[in-house]
Amino acid sequence: MSNTILKVSNISKQYRLGLVGTGTLSHDLNRWWYAIRGKDDPFLKVGGVNDRSQSAKGDYVWALKDINFEVEKGEVLGIIGKNGAGKSTLLKLLSRVTSPSTGEIKTKGKIASLLEVGTGFHPELTGLENIYLNGAILGMTKSEIKSKEQDIIEFSGCKMYIDTPVKRYSSGMRVRLAFAVAAFLEPDILVIDEVLAVGDAEFQKKAIGKMQDISKGGGRTVLFVSHNMVAVQNLCSRCIVLENGRIVKNCGTQEAISAYLSIGAITSDFSRTDDIADKNVYIDDVSLIKDGVKSHNVIKSGDHFDLLVQIKSKMALQKISVEVGIDGANGERLVYLSNQLVESEINLTEGNNKVSVKIPDFPFLPGDYSVTINLKENNGAKLDIIKNEFRFRVEGGDFYKTGKLNTNSRGKYLVAHEIFKLQ
Amino acid sequence: MGLFSKALVLNTVDDKWLYTISSKKKLIDFNLKEIWRYRDLLILFVKRDVVTLYKQTILGPLWYLIQPLFTALVFTIIFNKVANIQTEGIPPFLFNLAGVSIWNYFNSCLTATSDTFKTNAAIFGKVYFPRIIVPLSIIISNLVKFGIQILIFIAFYLYYLYEGANIQIDGSVVLFPVLVILMGCLGLGLGMIISSLVTKYRDLKFLVTFGVQLLMYVSAVMYPLSLVNEKLPKYAWLVEYNPLAYIIETARIMLLGEGSVTTFGIVYTIVFVLFTLFLGIIIFNRTEKSFIDTV
Repeated sequence: MSNTILKVSNISKQYRLGLVGTGTLSHDLNRWWYAIRGKDDPFLKVGGVNDRSQSAKGDYVWALKDINFEVEKGEVLGIIGKNGAGKSTLLKLLSRVTSPSTGEIKTKGKIASLLEVGTGFHPELTGLENIYLNGAILGMTKSEIKSKEQDIIEFSGCKMYIDTPVKRYSSGMRVRLAFAVAAFLEPDILVIDEVLAVGDAEFQKKAIGKMQDISKGGGRTVLFVSHNMVAVQNLCSRCIVLENGRIVKNCGTQEAISAYLSIGAITSDFSRTDDIADKNVYIDDVSLIKDGVKSHNVIKSGDHFDLLVQIKSKMALQKISVEVGIDGANGERLVYLSNQLVESEINLTEGNNKVSVKIPDFPFLPGDYSVTINLKENNGAKLDIIKNEFRFRVEGGDFYKTGKLNTNSRGKYLVAHEIFKLQ
Repeated sequence: MGLFSKALVLNTVDDKWLYTISSKKKLIDFNLKEIWRYRDLLILFVKRDVVTLYKQTILGPLWYLIQPLFTALVFTIIFNKVANIQTEGIPPFLFNLAGVSIWNYFNSCLTATSDTFKTNAAIFGKVYFPRIIVPLSIIISNLVKFGIQILIFIAFYLYYLYEGANIQIDGSVVLFPVLVILMGCLGLGLGMIISSLVTKYRDLKFLVTFGVQLLMYVSAVMYPLSLVNEKLPKYAWLVEYNPLAYIIETARIMLLGEGSVTTFGIVYTIVFVLFTLFLGIIIFNRTEKSFIDTV
């Protein structure tokens, strides 16, 4: 007996592009004419790929195309992808808000969804009344809600306002209340879309903890959609990555996040997309150098990190400042390097200049990183900046020269250290 | 052949699914069990509708009474005093109040349900629950409103009785609830049909707003059915084939003991209501699955 609780097979969803207006009736009549003759919907044969930035080639588009996956009981599955990749459409199909164009979804458990904030909250009703209303909308019975009433109020942290109409609530309080109701919901499969976007740090932490409890303790299955890679990493055991309405990856969270971040990103060589024609000074090339040769943007933890920045200048410039920022996979700034800090003087000559940024024993864990480089004149005037346009990947390496590797879940940085017993 | 039978066996083993979401549509997909499971939601929706309508108003639920009273008063002045319509010996105000109260029930049921998908698009777009809960809750919350209006009608009824007016309650009044249910079902059925079509074709919205107004004039609200037959025999069919006119006329027989209906009219009305309700459920069911894509 397999442990599969949800099975999605060949799901596709077609949408009409443009206005629903002229032609609607004629298309409807056309569909009906095919339907009474027992034929397939003619419009399901057309439809373009869901690529937001391309110009449309027809009237129809596949928001989702041939989606297949299974979810095991108790699993927390992350669904990640860029805007418009089809994540929300998929959740809408799963939560029965709309029906698929083709294919079917089979489930062994009840699905309840928590899509966005405070679904069905009535602004005129008080917090408590809304707990009941929202709970009922999500499929709880009155007695179920009553038994959890105190827990919900407690978890939301809105006890003082519980008899105040929800219209007086701050947006954060609404999310708290909405999440609290859903957290005590007991569906077999809980669908969550971007709810954590609003609440403050303390509440986000609380919510993630609660979701982990739900999936681990309660044996419930969670489908989690988010752009917050930290939350995805903390919560999910497996992820599917959507791109242009198709599944491009169905694998472990770490690998999936890398795949997600590499969608549309410059992974190989550095190339500028912006206009540099009228710049006096600009960054011409960035590359990683390993043992004197250009590496393919992959280094290991503990390697000597040599970033070679080639700057083209139309004039000689004295004492410029070179600032380098390295960002982690989730966009958080990890380090800031500057020639001013280490008191190194850089003078540009006319033509090509090479500047090397060196970090001995690269202290970061495996993952994807991006580089921001900012050039400024002596007086602080901006010369050129590249924002996250150079990316590189770090693989596990022998930082401690002991042959022992630190795995990614333990900490963020590698620091040279000694641990010994004092005499 | 061997392969085929194997696949079949696998299928039956795997067949313990709770439910399947697919693109296929059934003609009638009326899951009573599921609706029963969501009964608390129905109650909470009704409560919400009744409680929130007059929040932050001074007169509160009194507004429920002011509307029919003033409408009946204006009707009495215009139709009975100015236009001199005869009401078969019944005090014109009471005659109008009965008509207006019942008409209002139908009117509010129809207009509110016909907007179901549009006004609830935000919530329907996020959570699943049996969509029919919403129109049902509208019918019930309007019933509460109607109940309050009936109370005021009874008050005036007793007043006129005390004054010695020529009114008598008919024994058939025990069937009055059936009549109200018929009225509600008609509003529900028509409302569901319109709400389903309006998601795609917004034209209907305009039709409803002024259509309902016109409908009132052919529904024997402010005149007795017999009057049309007498004065406009050529166009009397307009009123005669209008089930609403029958319901209102029957209500007046029950409450005031005056009016004229035929057995054919009653049977016709019941058949019409049931047919409309049935059609409404079918169309509503087809729409609820994917309306969010077109609304």
